Amino acid sequence: MSKERERGMSVIVKTVTRLTVGLILLYGVYVVLHGHITPGGGFAGGVIIALSFINLDLAFGKRVSSGILSKEGTGVIEAMGALLFLALALIGMKYGIFFKNFMHPDGEPGELVSAGIIPLENIAIALKVGAGLFGIFLTLIAAQKFEAEKK
Amino acid sequence: MIELYVLLGLMIAGAVIAVEVKNLLSAVVAVGVVGLGLSVVFLLLKAPDVALTQLVVEIAAVILLIRATLHRDIASKFLGNRPFGAFVAFIFLVLTTYAGVLIFKSGMPPFGEPLMAVSRFYPLNALEGTGAMNVVTSVILDYRAYDTLGEATVLFTAVVGVLTVMRKMGRKKDLQENDE
Repeated sequence: MSKERERGMSVIVKTVTRLTVGLILLYGVYVVLHGHITPGGGFAGGVIIALSFINLDLAFGKRVSSGILSKEGTGVIEAMGALLFLALALIGMKYGIFFKNFMHPDGEPGELVSAGIIPLENIAIALKVGAGLFGIFLTLIAAQKFEAEKK
Repeated sequence: MIELYVLLGLMIAGAVIAVEVKNLLSAVVAVGVVGLGLSVVFLLLKAPDVALTQLVVEIAAVILLIRATLHRDIASKFLGNRPFGAFVAFIFLVLTTYAGVLIFKSGMPPFGEPLMAVSRFYPLNALEGTGAMNVVTSVILDYRAYDTLGEATVLFTAVVGVLTVMRKMGRKKDLQENDE
């Protein structure tokens, strides 16, 4: 079990993952950026991005995924997402009320750049949710490895 | 609407199997059946936003359950007959059925009716008010952004709680005490 955790799964899984993981990540980014036009949004897109990292971690083992994003890195990114969301809400205070959509008339509805601060809020939530879920995954896996060693 | 009832029956069967089955992997698979069925139900009820979120979160939850909990030694104790629990479940089932019969005696209202004043406001005004084509996003991130802030706070607290409970520092101290 721990050997699989270190080196990853078989060569079939690795090859398929190498082909598909980029597409999964790209789909997650698409869902986040088009959250104000098509179904989806920050939460679903963030979970898809986290799933692409989880896929990488399961297929290639711990060394590859921690080289891209460590557990401490997920904490930093999650806090950054939360602060970005709160900062967007607080900037609205300058224009009147909390969560004021201060950039509203900025493009035709249906285009990528439209709907004011809603896409930015989507990006903030995606950073928060994705990094948080991946951090929880890494933490639980590490706890499992610890228990295996203890036995 | 028949497919909706088939899916609901499948989900109830999956939930019962997940509680009752002894093998842990079978229980996790049954939980996955419940979640994926719920995702298709949301899609049939014309809520693609929630369907997408439910599908993705269910996959992540099943992966987490399999990878993080399945290989632990969780002894499945045989609890024996549980007459009190069965009695409580039976009373609960009878009362719930009775309440359902009382409420829906005169038939269910048609789907989407009655349309209340608040829910009529959003489709008519959301596009001009926020500029977002997706009305659901304009509701959760503009009209009801406080709710989203609260949800983000709940998630943040959950992540901080997991990282605190599972941290390594306290574990090392525990080990040293055991060694001494």
